[in-house]
Amino acid sequence: MTDAVAQPAPDSGPVLGPATGPASIPALLARNAARHGAKPAWREKEFGIWQSWTWAEAAVEIRAMALGFLARGLEPGDYVAIIGRNRPQLYWSMIAAQMCGAVPVPLYQDAVAEEMAYVLDHCGARFVIAGDQEQVDKVLEIQDRLPAVERIVYLDGRGMRKYDHARMDALAALVADGRAASPERGAELDARIAALGPDSTCVMLYTSGTTGKPKGVVLSNRNIIETARNSSEFDGLRAGDEVLAYLPMAWVGDFIFSIGQALWTGFCVNCPESPDTMMTDLREIGPTYFFAPPRVFEGQLTNVMIRMEDAGRLKQWLFHRFMATARRVGPAILDGRPVALSDRLAYALGDLLVYGPLKNTLGYSRIRVGYTAGEAIGPEIFDFYRALGINLKQLYGQTEASVFITQQPDGEVRSDTVGVPSPGVELRIADNGEVFYRSPGTFVEYYKNAESTAATKDAEGWVATGDAGFFEEGTGHLRIIDRAKDVGKMADGRLFAPKYVENKLKFYPAILEAVVFGNGRDRCTAFVNIDLAAVGNWAERNNIAYSSYQELSQHPDVRGMIKAHIAEVNASIAADPMLAGCQIHRFLILHKELDADDGEMTRTRKVRRRVIEEKYVDLIDALYGGVASIQTETEVTYEDGRKGHIRATLVIEEAAVVAGGQRMAAE
Amino acid sequence: MNAPSPDGYTTADGRSIGPVLMEMKNITLRFGGVKAITDISFDIREGEIRAIIGPNGAGKSSMLNVISGFYVPQEGEVWFRGARRPAMKPFQVARQGIARTFQNIALFEGMSVLDNIMTGRLTLMKSGLMAQALWWGRAEAEETAHRAEVERIIDFLEIQHIRKTPVGRLPYGLKKRVELARALAAEPKLLLLDEPMAGMNVEEKEDMSRFILDVNDEFGTTIALIEHDMGVVMDLSDRVVVMDYGKKIGDGTPDEVRSNQAVIDAYLGVAHD
Repeated sequence: MTDAVAQPAPDSGPVLGPATGPASIPALLARNAARHGAKPAWREKEFGIWQSWTWAEAAVEIRAMALGFLARGLEPGDYVAIIGRNRPQLYWSMIAAQMCGAVPVPLYQDAVAEEMAYVLDHCGARFVIAGDQEQVDKVLEIQDRLPAVERIVYLDGRGMRKYDHARMDALAALVADGRAASPERGAELDARIAALGPDSTCVMLYTSGTTGKPKGVVLSNRNIIETARNSSEFDGLRAGDEVLAYLPMAWVGDFIFSIGQALWTGFCVNCPESPDTMMTDLREIGPTYFFAPPRVFEGQLTNVMIRMEDAGRLKQWLFHRFMATARRVGPAILDGRPVALSDRLAYALGDLLVYGPLKNTLGYSRIRVGYTAGEAIGPEIFDFYRALGINLKQLYGQTEASVFITQQPDGEVRSDTVGVPSPGVELRIADNGEVFYRSPGTFVEYYKNAESTAATKDAEGWVATGDAGFFEEGTGHLRIIDRAKDVGKMADGRLFAPKYVENKLKFYPAILEAVVFGNGRDRCTAFVNIDLAAVGNWAERNNIAYSSYQELSQHPDVRGMIKAHIAEVNASIAADPMLAGCQIHRFLILHKELDADDGEMTRTRKVRRRVIEEKYVDLIDALYGGVASIQTETEVTYEDGRKGHIRATLVIEEAAVVAGGQRMAAE
Repeated sequence: MNAPSPDGYTTADGRSIGPVLMEMKNITLRFGGVKAITDISFDIREGEIRAIIGPNGAGKSSMLNVISGFYVPQEGEVWFRGARRPAMKPFQVARQGIARTFQNIALFEGMSVLDNIMTGRLTLMKSGLMAQALWWGRAEAEETAHRAEVERIIDFLEIQHIRKTPVGRLPYGLKKRVELARALAAEPKLLLLDEPMAGMNVEEKEDMSRFILDVNDEFGTTIALIEHDMGVVMDLSDRVVVMDYGKKIGDGTPDEVRSNQAVIDAYLGVAHD
């Protein structure tokens, strides 16, 4: 290993000339091993210690892994499925597969066996790299239906000693074989790496999709590398930055951040010790570049608020006093706008006493660039972090664009826009409001699905996002209202934008999810999911006893609280004449959380409207009928795939509606 | 399989079980006039998972306490690793390589998970009290080595997220796992588990079963356990001793035990007259 640090170049494969730049991920790896050889490339906390690998060390490991794949017969054009939590070796296996000319296909690790079967069968994966026994078991469960799967390689062999190893390997054994095979196979590997060009497939990612079967999005090296370069330059990312890799490896964002941008800039990717230690690890690493979906920020803010309620009176007073200052001037200071000296001094004192320690506790002390995306973030939540001096911004993207479509530049950040077009991205809005884009990151095709490809991407390369939005006058920032197909008309022709309303509801800590109905109807109704953490805590404070989620959800006081929230949302919607028809007239609180295991949400926690409409048709009928409560029985899927039934009686509440628009609303 | 050969046997799932590790010969234990255990003999073989089951008050816990050296039987002999064991203090038994968990969790509630598990390595520490207190001499290197072992166990039992949490704040199921970790930290030859699944829900039981199997598989630790839950016992164990009213009424593989009439009677409750 020390040899490799001193002399990375001879064993690291070809590097393309400076004119074109490295044209593949393996070429970037070789470049980093030469340029940043001694800098940390990957870290993982294991056995209580952050273990790290430099670029030079990682390059050697990855090459050995690629040689191991060669020795096991991996061919160019093969597909390699990767299933597991974020670990350096699994990232390496993706690059090693690319070196062999194969295509890595990362899968969602929490997918049940059935979902995995579809993807594995669709891409015809020959090799499966699994993180641990749990993932191996899932593959073994469905292997009879997957004739293409030849080898299962696992990272953590625990519990599998007694398994039949005829078609299985420990990753460590494969790497050892690769090292041993280095002399005779090295030339072949170099040839395969040299054959990779900008148009070779870099990765295939399955979109979870809110409707239908997942689609395999093929992204080329050009897509990934150009997008990584543009976005890194946009935010000034550089070697020396630190990120925490904790989001699913199958998600395009993780691929862009932890492979694309990491390889392009040479920054360090840190993997948590386990999913449960993510918050502790975040604090220990203190990333400088950080991405989290809104729910992570929401969860953290909820925790902070709950803990502040338990703090002493002095601390509470300090917190509220200085947070008021921060909310008033913090965002302006962050954006570099003029702020009075007295306010600057107050803010500096607050930073010393409150914001600094709080950021440290959250793990956000060193963030230069933070992003959130995927769902709308509540303005209070967004402003809270900005007020603390954390440069949290929004972006808008999707798998088919290699993430980036729009981003907010520093100094132009607001909670209700998603920013300006990313470098190299062209945008246009169709007549029906749907957003179209064309960019270097635009995907090649949906794998084995020419029909969907043609429906999404036209001959000139314009891609339909499926989202409806508009450019804000004056700033040129894009605003997204809703999914284009979800934007509908009510019976009297008024605009129906369910997500717009749902997002407003979800900004309340007590509400985890909401589903609004009303397309083609005369008025809107809603399902609400309570947030067990927030409502449970509230119940405890108010001496409300409950024994289950179901019981808590139907408690009269909880219903009263939600009713008050909905009344507020209705009032705010009524202020916008275009959307006034979307006020919620009747609602009920669901007796179970909407869950991806039940197919009600995607793995990225987006509501699957059609599934819910079918599954809960009795509840929707009750909302539009006159009844005051309804008995229902629902099938649920447990984490291990077994199914059960829960029964409940749900109370239907009427919500206060503000009269306005073309007609009087409430009865 | 009624009489395994002296060198061991092979289980149904292909694990090879070694020679006898511990042998109980004609053990009788009395508390005053009450006979808790009457003339019981059985052996525990290297690498096996051996269960002791029986209805309430059958004498299971007393048996475990005899194995762990807490009770000294009035009659009978305990043989461990080929030698007859004289009456010993429990800490001497621990040094011989026997570790245990308790039915009612016995952890240091105010200490962190990490510190609790470190106490499990006490019998393996060589440096003196002063050296340890002063963090001097080989105490430092020794603690580092012990910590590395403890971290391996933390990783194995998937309790990284509570490493620094005081045990008193943990839910019951996790406390049980921490106790198992502490017992494992002693690197025992024989691990005694006193009702490891008591009070757990189905999911916790499944987790614990997996950990017990994995411990046996990964570290080759011989495990003797007492358990109420018949389903769990039958799935986990290689051989089962069944006790009732202080007497042994069955001994064999789970299948043999399941079809033993005396055992069925004891569990289904036949009138004793």
